[in-house]
Amino acid sequence: MKKLKPITVNVDELISLNHYNVDEENAHIELDHENLDEVDDTEFQKLVRVCPAALYKVDEEGHKSFDYAGCLECGTCRICCEDTIVKKWEMPQPTMGVEYRFG
Amino acid sequence: MADTDFDIIVIGAGCAGAIAAYVAAKKGKSVLVVERGEYAGAKNMTGGRIYAHSLKRVFDDYSEGEITTEDIPYERKITHERISLLDPASSMTIDFTSDELGVDGRDSYSVLRAEFDQWLAEQAEDAGAEFINGIAVEHLLKDDAGKVYGIEAGGDEITAQVVIDAEGQNSLISERELGNPRSKRDAMAVGIKEVFELPAEEIESRFLCNEGEGAAMLWAGDATHGYTGGGFLYTNKESISLGLVATIEDLSQSDTTIYQMLDDFKKHPSVAPIIKGATLSEHSGHMVSEGGYNSIPELVFDGCLVAGDAANLCMNLGYMVRGMDLAVESGRLAAEAACDAIDAGDVSKAGLASYRTKMDDSFVIQDLKTYALWPETMENWHRMFTDYPKMVGEIFNSMFVVDGKPTQHLNKRIMPIVKQRGLFKLLGEVKGALKAL
Repeated sequence: MKKLKPITVNVDELISLNHYNVDEENAHIELDHENLDEVDDTEFQKLVRVCPAALYKVDEEGHKSFDYAGCLECGTCRICCEDTIVKKWEMPQPTMGVEYRFG
Repeated sequence: MADTDFDIIVIGAGCAGAIAAYVAAKKGKSVLVVERGEYAGAKNMTGGRIYAHSLKRVFDDYSEGEITTEDIPYERKITHERISLLDPASSMTIDFTSDELGVDGRDSYSVLRAEFDQWLAEQAEDAGAEFINGIAVEHLLKDDAGKVYGIEAGGDEITAQVVIDAEGQNSLISERELGNPRSKRDAMAVGIKEVFELPAEEIESRFLCNEGEGAAMLWAGDATHGYTGGGFLYTNKESISLGLVATIEDLSQSDTTIYQMLDDFKKHPSVAPIIKGATLSEHSGHMVSEGGYNSIPELVFDGCLVAGDAANLCMNLGYMVRGMDLAVESGRLAAEAACDAIDAGDVSKAGLASYRTKMDDSFVIQDLKTYALWPETMENWHRMFTDYPKMVGEIFNSMFVVDGKPTQHLNKRIMPIVKQRGLFKLLGEVKGALKAL
């Protein structure tokens, strides 16, 4: 795996244009450890690279973060890491999640 | 045969699902479509462009002349095909237009799925299909022998003689309930797309198109910073769809995230003017199957058929991408096979086997078979994404740059650039690609 070049784009601003019904109660994606420090670094770094919504992040101090709220429901993280660190990947609960107005 | 709530349940109201529902309803069957989006298209995203032939045939054959091309909510008829080789420091683009690109039956159109899929669903509904929106199918109902006889969604059990799984590319039901293999990282790509709004006249003048017509554009090279994949653009009526597709395996090892790649791509000097002054309206993501023929899963089960993206029916040929015309055809063929099986009183795997035969005889499987070697060829053709765009830039620089120094014949300028890469290696690679395409 190559070292990641600096990230200059703020994807949170980009996905804020989308329409979502965020399900605050249920996480439809879960990793294998609730404490992200225990999640495998290399596998997590793959998700940082492939997720188009930038839900998987590592900050400058190396701390990992994950937030399913802006999920685009593409399933890329599932194909990438369901056999390693993605423990749960379900469709969001009824009427929840992203709602494309263009698509 | 046992009483069921519906003759046919369709999972998903995309191109495959809505057409399957439309055809089955037209054939007099009771049909339920279960769509997880609040409306059809709410969860769907395409590049995207649809080649119209298969949809046209469905409506020609089933609408009794009621639905013609003018009725379909296409964005723009694509009359310009552009292919671009992108290097950080240069860009070489071919812009092809031809009378034959727009001819009825060979035409293609840009679409936006939120509007397009809702219209398709309306046609199925008008034909008599029922819809449940906003709920995902969680499980298939199976008897002791494993035969599918319905679905479980939102805690309810609903039965049918045949279930058509058209759930889309992130195919949880196909994998978890039918046992089809999960797609491999090197046979699946992630697509990222942004929609930019621009006035119609502005789009036509930026892309040199006549009114109502538009352009499709694909980039190889620096769009994905040399990793396997490429950039795409489709002009809609009053917006531009711009994005990237990158193979998951290659991307997961790369030095740039997919969203940073898109941001860099948008800022490339040859791309930035395209979207200058446009309003960004949506940021979306979707997977794209890249494995081709060898990635097609089992399509026929006892009481169940798989269609569309869920069956990995997609072709990325580098210079064109097709998926929706395959989805439409597979939805139609699945519905026809299901109706025949129901009428014959045998919806077992054997009774439904005509779906596979019809698919094998159709352009869907035949075209995927023709291009069977291409996915691997493309995957391993790293220079196509790295050094060749650079080489093309050097060649055209040698032709067009005038600096006042005495010049040389073209062959003396160009041949060293090509020989540096190995002329025979290049010819061999091109020959291999042409053979796989």
